Amino acid sequence: MAQHIFNGLVGGSFLALVALGLAVIFGMLRVVNFAHGAIYMLGAFLALSMPSFWWALILVPLVLAAGGMVLERTLVHRLAKLDPLYNFLLTFGLTLIFQDLVKWRFGVQSTPYPTPGGLTGSVDFGAFDFPAYRVFVLAMAALICFGVWFLLSRTRVGLIVRASTERPELTQALGINVGRWVTPVFGFGCALAGLAGVLAAPMRAVHPLMGADLIIVVFAVVVIGGLGSIFGSVAAAFVIGVLQALSEAYLDSALVSQILVYLVMAVVLLWRPSGLFGREESPA
Amino acid sequence: MRRWAILCAVALTAAAGCGGGGPAGSGSGKLSDGKVVFGVLNDQSGVYAQLSGKNSVEAVEMAMADYKAKYGDKAVVKELAVESVDHQNKPDIANAKAAELYDRKAVDAILDVPTSSAALKVADVAKEKKKLYFNITAATTDLTGKACNKYTFHYAYDTYMLANGTGKTVTDQGAKNWYLVYPDYQFGQDMTASFEAAIKKAGGSVVAKDPAPFPNASGDFSTYLLKAPSLTPKPHVLGTMQAGAELVALVKQYNEFKLREKGVGLAVGLMFLTDIHSLTPDALAGTTYTDAWYWNYDLKSREFADRFQKETGTRPTFAHAANYSAAMQYLEAVQATGTDNADEIVKYLEGRTVEDVFLRNGKIRAEDHRVVHDAYLAQVKPSKEVAEPWDYVKVLKTIPAAEAFRAPSADCKL
Repeated sequence: MAQHIFNGLVGGSFLALVALGLAVIFGMLRVVNFAHGAIYMLGAFLALSMPSFWWALILVPLVLAAGGMVLERTLVHRLAKLDPLYNFLLTFGLTLIFQDLVKWRFGVQSTPYPTPGGLTGSVDFGAFDFPAYRVFVLAMAALICFGVWFLLSRTRVGLIVRASTERPELTQALGINVGRWVTPVFGFGCALAGLAGVLAAPMRAVHPLMGADLIIVVFAVVVIGGLGSIFGSVAAAFVIGVLQALSEAYLDSALVSQILVYLVMAVVLLWRPSGLFGREESPA
Repeated sequence: MRRWAILCAVALTAAAGCGGGGPAGSGSGKLSDGKVVFGVLNDQSGVYAQLSGKNSVEAVEMAMADYKAKYGDKAVVKELAVESVDHQNKPDIANAKAAELYDRKAVDAILDVPTSSAALKVADVAKEKKKLYFNITAATTDLTGKACNKYTFHYAYDTYMLANGTGKTVTDQGAKNWYLVYPDYQFGQDMTASFEAAIKKAGGSVVAKDPAPFPNASGDFSTYLLKAPSLTPKPHVLGTMQAGAELVALVKQYNEFKLREKGVGLAVGLMFLTDIHSLTPDALAGTTYTDAWYWNYDLKSREFADRFQKETGTRPTFAHAANYSAAMQYLEAVQATGTDNADEIVKYLEGRTVEDVFLRNGKIRAEDHRVVHDAYLAQVKPSKEVAEPWDYVKVLKTIPAAEAFRAPSADCKL
């Protein structure tokens, strides 16, 4: 039991990192970034071209943050004033472009990526032992989620971002240039997705559709947590990760684990339409 | 008088065409529209795109070129074409596209079609349109069982062949207790049933079996890998029925969880050369599986593989070789009968023994249209034994055509 819960937390780590980026971007820009899954995939593929896993861990998020900021300035920004549907379509189109570019360059087969040296062993937890790399992934995810929480709730930058998220006009009126923060926040969200991609490379199949498969689940996770709620997204990600692992381990039917996340989403939406930790949208 | 002359002429050409003896005279022939069109319907963008995909089209084009080179001026078919369509592994798309290929693109024979659920839909279309269909890449035995029909041929392999090769051999080698993990759809369910039967027959037992979600959104199989060593009795071997990218993820995680060190071996239900390439041979070293064909088996295969590599840059999987073979055998049938009439071709192919680069001791069974041929028990080499790129496998033994496939099923009524 304990080992399955632990394993679920590792699975939840990926959901959490991707969902966190999605939630931060949605909170600040009101943009549902469909391309987030493709950025996760790009993170994994960029890791292949780096000299080592450790360099990838640092450089890939930086590269994707820069790429994300360019994207925001050149494309997303232009559609921000229009109906949100336009940006949804734009990012969906970008997803297809990224996927096909990667297919064209790397082919559709999975690309090999070794477990980083030093993390190939196992960690003994007494009752069970667990691959060291997975323990590392969980630790990284926990550290980053904590870091983001700290940044948002305990620093001046976080204060501005939160204020801009909740009452953009009022924040503007207080003399803070809200527009200036939009681009870095978008880049930051992309960096998180890229980091998750790097972490996924050694333990999952690296192929062009890896993000397309994941992003649907992440959307459901974000809705469960409450759109725009950062804490909610992270909490929901870990809860879904654990539930998924337990359902796979103890139920005889794959159907339940397959639809579990959507089932939870439906129940949560019926009970609290704005998600577990979301607040009702105030009428504009 | 002129009317009589015309009738005579028609009768004569017809006689020449059906005469069976020499190739059918003048190029005007009896081809319905003066040309033969192949339709390659497969996955060109998803998990099975590498093992079949665009390179299957390439293989069919190689067959077309070889046919032209072989017969030159005597070729009955003067004009050859190939249409390719991505069915995205979705049965409904496969269904619609198959009908479109036959009706609108004037396709004479559909080839390839991976993904069992999609393959079965196409069999229904072939039956309805009375057009030929050579399934290469789908595994379900239903194609030659309850879903069989007069116009469908199942060419390369099936779940019985894989289970009978791998399940039986590994059990015979002493791995009596199995834990089976499979993707929860037609292919995985069929494979698991076939493996269970083969394992029991060989005196082994299945300790547990778990269906995994398909498609697996997270690409994570760790739950089953954690569970494997703690089952009682402890399984000797984990049998995975995952394919393509899912197989790659599962094997990666199998190594990560160090199951081999914990005494749980690995047996793979269906594996393609491209999967081994993705995982690197060391990740799979020692794993036994059943192969329908191997590019470096002998000189004949090798020569084909060299030409294929020149065209595509990679070595062919068995699916590619089988696509080549099916296209070639179809063209040979048209050449011999002088017609592209599907019923005539079926009559010609039924019961025929065939020998080519893919089919060794091949026979097209008349009872159920299963194309039987030698299969191979193969083992993945560790990288230090890999002498040249893509030569990842050694063939342990040849399973003779007569034993490799099941006897014709009573469910099949052509």
